[in-house]
Amino acid sequence: MSILAYNGGAVVAMKGQDCVAIASDKRYGIQAQTISTNFPKVYQIGPTLFVGLPGLATDTQTVFQRLKFRMNLYELKENRIMKPKTFSAMLSNLLYEKRFGPYFIEPVVAGLDPYDHQPYVCNMDLIGCPNEPEDFVVSGTCTEQLYGMCEALWEPNLKPDELFETISQALVNAADRDAISGWGAVVYIIEKDKITEKHVKTRMD
Amino acid sequence: MATLLAPEIPCPGFSFENCQRNAFLAQKGFPAPKATKTGTTIVGIIYADGVILGADTRATENTIVSDKNCEKIHYLAGNMYCCGAGTAADTEMTTQTVASQLELQRLHTGRTVPVETAATLLKRMLFRYQGHIGAALVLGGVDRTGPHIYCIYPHGSVDKLPYATMGSGSLAAMAVFESRWKPNMNEEEGKKLVRDAIAAGIFNDLGSGSNVDICVIRNTGPAQYLRTYEEANVKGKKQGSYRYRIGTTAVLKQRVIPLQVESVSVHHVQAMDVDPSTSR
Repeated sequence: MSILAYNGGAVVAMKGQDCVAIASDKRYGIQAQTISTNFPKVYQIGPTLFVGLPGLATDTQTVFQRLKFRMNLYELKENRIMKPKTFSAMLSNLLYEKRFGPYFIEPVVAGLDPYDHQPYVCNMDLIGCPNEPEDFVVSGTCTEQLYGMCEALWEPNLKPDELFETISQALVNAADRDAISGWGAVVYIIEKDKITEKHVKTRMD
Repeated sequence: MATLLAPEIPCPGFSFENCQRNAFLAQKGFPAPKATKTGTTIVGIIYADGVILGADTRATENTIVSDKNCEKIHYLAGNMYCCGAGTAADTEMTTQTVASQLELQRLHTGRTVPVETAATLLKRMLFRYQGHIGAALVLGGVDRTGPHIYCIYPHGSVDKLPYATMGSGSLAAMAVFESRWKPNMNEEEGKKLVRDAIAAGIFNDLGSGSNVDICVIRNTGPAQYLRTYEEANVKGKKQGSYRYRIGTTAVLKQRVIPLQVESVSVHHVQAMDVDPSTSR
């Protein structure tokens, strides 16, 4: 079994029209045994910037702390907010530094550019190879199911409420076909004037 | 001692602090997962007045297509570009590192950096890591000695060739070159040949796919990067919509975080008088 599937979990992010959404499940387990049902893998790291860190839970937390540290130093030095693209480059460098002894996470970045409000999504492999597509990114233990759901459901120029339905149904139905993801989900819809956090009802088995 | 004002300067280069843990996990039956491979067709040829590089745009994780339109032709300097195959992160980071070293070299010497320099930097870097950095590269560029194509392997060996292919689709692409490449082709013939070689990879190698990217570097003038030169595979249009009606998803609780603008200040900056950073 892969160490990336030790704790389980799934994250997905999608672009919409002047908005982005990022969602994760809430399960934390040790292989097949569920330990907690309140362990979201998505963190807010800027006013309109979120990062999802699915994979080995110990590395999820370590990498988040290291990111926050580098992020704070950047903002103190530069006295401005970090752009999502800059953040991705920073995360990519952090992961590639550990090329020969990597952190076992496959991150997802989603956000709006703080200056021109352009939607941005990105995912990486565990050594930080960035991938910045025009539609959606997926990561975690049910990527195959998520790719299937997203390819079928996603359309260009979704409005925030349409984007919420699309991303929620993609995640919920994909996680239902994965034994080690699910047990609740949280969805963030990021717009330029507000962020909506929604906790979605899912199967609890 | 490290303080906020005098932080400890981290060591440059790779960090091996997780290696012991990861080796232990591997021994317990959790081997390190595989990174994204490009599973690629990349090519380069010399033609009458320069070089042409070509690449497909598929990245894979095992059999899953992880990126349908990735960029495999990397910028090194104004007069040279480099195609990358192998571990995607390695090709990306190796070319970025070398690009910055080349720019420093250009600023230091005040001349266009020769392609040979880039080839040497790349082979030294790859040889130093004994093949553990899995980057297979096709480097192409022009300098005062003319056009050059180099093939650089992950262990650090180098071939200097008039036409080269790399990656999992290299056999399909080389078949096209071996039958049709000739010296002193014109630009149209060259682009057609490169396009056909990449298309051979896209259609005959499962690790390669999606679109054709081309980069033309002429002896005269700047490089021309033709991103998505041809969309070899056009996705069929969706006939219907699977869109869920609003309100389908049951929401347990909701929180809205408004983003308020606290203050806006606009600083007008006068443009500085700096030489544009072009190396030609």
